[in-house]
Amino acid sequence: MLYREAGEFKTSYAQDSQTFPIWWDRLWYQVALVVGFAILPFVINDYWANAVVVPFLIYAIAAIGLNILTGFCGQVSLGTGGFMAVGAYAVYKLMTAFPEVSVVIHVILAGGITAAVGVLFGLPSLRIKGFYLAVATLAAQFFLVWLFNKVPWFYNYSASGQITAPERTVLGIAVTGANTPAWAKYLICAVFLFVLAWIARNLTRGTIGRKWMAIRDMDIAAEIIGVNPLTTKLSAFAVSSFFIGIAGALFFAVYLGAAEVGEAFGIQKSFLILFMIIIGGLGSIFGSFAGAAFLVLLPVFLKNVLVGALGWPSDLAAHIELMIVGGLIIAFLIVEPHGLAQLWRVLKEKLRLWPFPH
Amino acid sequence: MLPDQLVFAMEVTLNGLMAGVMYALVALGFVLIFKASGIFNYAQGVLALFAALTLVGLQNGQIPFAHVINAAFGTNLHHFGWTLPAVVAIALTALVMVGVAWLIERLVLKHLINQEPIILFMATIGLAYFLEGLGDVMWGADIKTLDVGLPQGISETVETVTANWLGYGFFIDKLDIVAALVAAALVAALTLFSQYTKYGRALRAVADDHQAALSVGISLRFVWVLVWSIAGFVALIAGIMWGAKSGVQFSLSLIALKALPVLMLGGFTSIPGAIVGGLIIGMGEKLFEFFAGPLIGGATENWFAYVLALLFLVFRPQGLFGERIIERV
Repeated sequence: MLYREAGEFKTSYAQDSQTFPIWWDRLWYQVALVVGFAILPFVINDYWANAVVVPFLIYAIAAIGLNILTGFCGQVSLGTGGFMAVGAYAVYKLMTAFPEVSVVIHVILAGGITAAVGVLFGLPSLRIKGFYLAVATLAAQFFLVWLFNKVPWFYNYSASGQITAPERTVLGIAVTGANTPAWAKYLICAVFLFVLAWIARNLTRGTIGRKWMAIRDMDIAAEIIGVNPLTTKLSAFAVSSFFIGIAGALFFAVYLGAAEVGEAFGIQKSFLILFMIIIGGLGSIFGSFAGAAFLVLLPVFLKNVLVGALGWPSDLAAHIELMIVGGLIIAFLIVEPHGLAQLWRVLKEKLRLWPFPH
Repeated sequence: MLPDQLVFAMEVTLNGLMAGVMYALVALGFVLIFKASGIFNYAQGVLALFAALTLVGLQNGQIPFAHVINAAFGTNLHHFGWTLPAVVAIALTALVMVGVAWLIERLVLKHLINQEPIILFMATIGLAYFLEGLGDVMWGADIKTLDVGLPQGISETVETVTANWLGYGFFIDKLDIVAALVAAALVAALTLFSQYTKYGRALRAVADDHQAALSVGISLRFVWVLVWSIAGFVALIAGIMWGAKSGVQFSLSLIALKALPVLMLGGFTSIPGAIVGGLIIGMGEKLFEFFAGPLIGGATENWFAYVLALLFLVFRPQGLFGERIIERV
């Protein structure tokens, strides 16, 4: 009886093509917005912001970005960590070079710079496919991390080789640096996530998203019906890297505050975000949120149970976490290759008929 | 007498070739699995790590899962109190690897038949994470030294001989020479196995065409267990060599990532390709580091192999010896 189309009378084209055609979906969406922007900023505390909510928001942006490339356009990338590093170092250079410009503009510009780098490393995708491309993107990962480690210009010749975010304000409130209140961290990431997710959702519904999906489903057939693989693949790389660059910029400037490239943006990060979209659901914006939430909450949960409740050493908990994540990846690929998003879809189908069998 | 720079370059080349042999050892396992099942096995490096961990653990008589048992029940277990001879430990580890291969087929691959290659690839990434966690939970995550009686240190023979010829003694690790010999023996053994035994022929048949092999009565699942067991055995050998060289630790599985560009270069379906690709990558990165490293800050070994493979792929996607990639609609 829930999620039914019955009673939805559409009288205009705008209504007919809206993102959430079913009343219940619109309700959830509006509830999420109210909770996210009107309630959470007032109740959030430091622990929740730093341990769960802010990483979730930032990883969700990165996961949407990778999902555009891998889930919608079918190009597997293992270079996400490297592209996040580009965003982080770009925003750092911009913040220190032009202190008078708003940090919001810097973050967006950092996304733009990452998009350009992404297109550069996306060029081989025109020749190679599948896991060949995945390995080729490893080149981006290792080369970029090495570059930011070895060229002192990128970290402003600081002695430690680290980059540290200076304090910057938006509308008079600090959003980066040590004096940032938890709600400001939360709110700036939430605004970015909201706007980017809105853009992604609408891009994937439109012409460009259909082109991406055509290339994903069968590139040769797509080419024959007139989809240009050059512009389609490269636009996927550009948009995806733009998102990932913004995620990297926020991850460094807002969340970490100080970062060392190998540690913060190593190959592990690439895999983490790939796992998010596999568990969440390839080719689904909602899945990016679900996967990010799942993989941010899982370590916190395991740590609380194993270390907090059972008193096991934390290194053991970390190893068991590896096993669980690995096992879950395999389980999801076997049982539900479309991830949490598909489970949600199935559940909605069930709810539609509930409580009747047919 | 040759100019110094040239002699150094020659030494670097030789060392690079030796390092390349090590990469090739890991790459061999990839090729075997890729040929027989079309699976790009990302977990090969972690298999090597797992094998080395198990070997050290068995040899020193460590109690598996001691860490977990201690944490859960408050006991203080760590060792059985015996040490096994290297040969016995290696044989037992090989058995364990066969068991692992069987489990992988039973629990993972069986359920993923007919999935797209990229799904299988991602499943092996999950497998890599799982095995890495399992290895650490079973045997502990501390860096271990592996000693199965392989010769260590610089080979004096090579040093004296080259000193007599060139007036400069080359520094070559004894272990590298052993690794090269083992790699050669391994390739010879694998070639003999696949050419002259019944199961080797079955393996080649499956590699050629799954359906045709099935239709003449070859059990696909048995062949997969077989090939994963062989890959596990190759991983064990690679694990022994790498472990003896730089200790058994997590970075072993990262070094194994280097096998990927090796394969790109050599081609995914060719055993000689794995060897040649390994040699080219090993030599290339050492020479690049030697000549260009000082100019651009060093530590270029981290990425050189990948960038080389990337550039190479753009011009020849199937690698040096790979079968031509033909796409049909």
